[in-house]
Amino acid sequence: MKNIFRHPVVRKGCIVLTLFILWEALTRFFELNPLLFPPATQVISSFISSTINGELPGYAWQSLKVLLTGMAIGALVALFLTTLAVSTRIGAEILETLTAMFNPLPAIALLPLALLWFGLGVNSLIFVIIHSVLWPMSLNTYTGFVTVPPTLKSVGQNFGLSGWRLVAGILLPAAFPYILSGFKIGWAFAWRTIIAAELVFGVAARQGGLGWFIYLHRFELNTDLVFAGLLTVILIGLVVENLLFKWIERKTVLRWGMSAAQ
Amino acid sequence: MPLLLSVNDVTISYPTESGLFTAVQDVSFSIAPGEKFILLGPSGCGKSTLLKAVAGFLKPSAGSIELDGRKITRPGPDRVVIFQEFDQLLPWKTVLGNVIYPLKVARKMADGDARHEGLRFIQMVGLERFSDSYPHQLSGGMKQRVAIARSLAINPRMLLMDEPFASLDALTRHRMQEELLGIWEASKKTILFVTHSIQEAVLLGDRILILSPGPGQVKQIVVNTAVGQRENTESLRIENEIRALLEFHDEAQSKDGGQ
Repeated sequence: MKNIFRHPVVRKGCIVLTLFILWEALTRFFELNPLLFPPATQVISSFISSTINGELPGYAWQSLKVLLTGMAIGALVALFLTTLAVSTRIGAEILETLTAMFNPLPAIALLPLALLWFGLGVNSLIFVIIHSVLWPMSLNTYTGFVTVPPTLKSVGQNFGLSGWRLVAGILLPAAFPYILSGFKIGWAFAWRTIIAAELVFGVAARQGGLGWFIYLHRFELNTDLVFAGLLTVILIGLVVENLLFKWIERKTVLRWGMSAAQ
Repeated sequence: MPLLLSVNDVTISYPTESGLFTAVQDVSFSIAPGEKFILLGPSGCGKSTLLKAVAGFLKPSAGSIELDGRKITRPGPDRVVIFQEFDQLLPWKTVLGNVIYPLKVARKMADGDARHEGLRFIQMVGLERFSDSYPHQLSGGMKQRVAIARSLAINPRMLLMDEPFASLDALTRHRMQEELLGIWEASKKTILFVTHSIQEAVLLGDRILILSPGPGQVKQIVVNTAVGQRENTESLRIENEIRALLEFHDEAQSKDGGQ
């Protein structure tokens, strides 16, 4: 029994459980208005029923779909920019200048402009997501490419590789730790951005994602569902950051003994 | 004897911030098939530059380098380089994966054949127990062994070795030198070997080209009668002979105020 508690996951699980009990106890003890602060059990049961009837997963999938589209386009543009940057000096300067300019700019601040250009709809969201992932991904991929050991490049050329075969066979895998960390940072930015953007995004209700789900239920005073929405945002974030990316790292950079100096 | 490699009046210079720098000037030599040929000289004498030119990574500013009578213009798997740096193995591939990869991309071998061939050479360097390990799990000496196995598996016309044992500790270096002699006995591969160690040169080289620095020029080509021997009368005599040639340059160099 004692040994179980040595495991950090078990201890952290206990912390979460304690928080839930505390939440439940406080809402009941102070008899808080459930329209403002519903008890934990009510939130969990709403979360479960909304998950089962497919409403919550539908909205979550909508968010993820937009996010993945944006990330995919962002990654392609990032690859293009970094290819340009490693092959020409002016390309490197363009990338450095653009990154320095746009990296400090929160993507969500571009939403009003995006709405103006692309209207109320998925395209505006995708535009904002692209902006949020493009700069960190470009910067990391570029660092990855320029830090490939010259010896490895020579080895590839020695095998008779050149051009795209050298990029695919040697440069991409050698830069992979940096590319992966670019994806991690890109995901973290994008996930926070998409939820925030959907909150602002009122009208196109049928296209709404998780942010819109939260906004909608606040409007209808289904506060338990607002909490359930927030819970889903946390859960998806945790799963992707702590399970998916950790798993990829274990299968790749950790196994290879490679790591990006981050 | 037919020639495998011929280096004809090669000069290599490249631009630096302080103007054109000539690393190697009017160097000529040739290597016969199966020969172990050493480029020996102090650091900065252009010996690695010369090896890089033979590998095709650098173009001579003047003169030509020919392999089997054909001019060398770019790197290729017919001249495989073994570097000093341990990071020459692909970290994302296992030992076996590292040996197999060039067989597939350079020799276009099928998976099964490449695997068979790869294992044979891994066995030759005594690393069969580590064929599924990743490079970061190996010691420096083992990494260099993998690099040697990989190079031999490619079956090149020549091995180009750029101070491959210089980063190893003395004991491991000693053992690797002996192993290289054994591997050469078994494979009779032509080797161009760059080193700054007189002892290593005398142990390994059939002929030793002594480069004088600033810019690198041929001082002398010594025919080594003590190849494969260590610390006996003959090897010490040749070592002393070479040392005298090199020291002469040290003096000349310090009179010029160094490099």
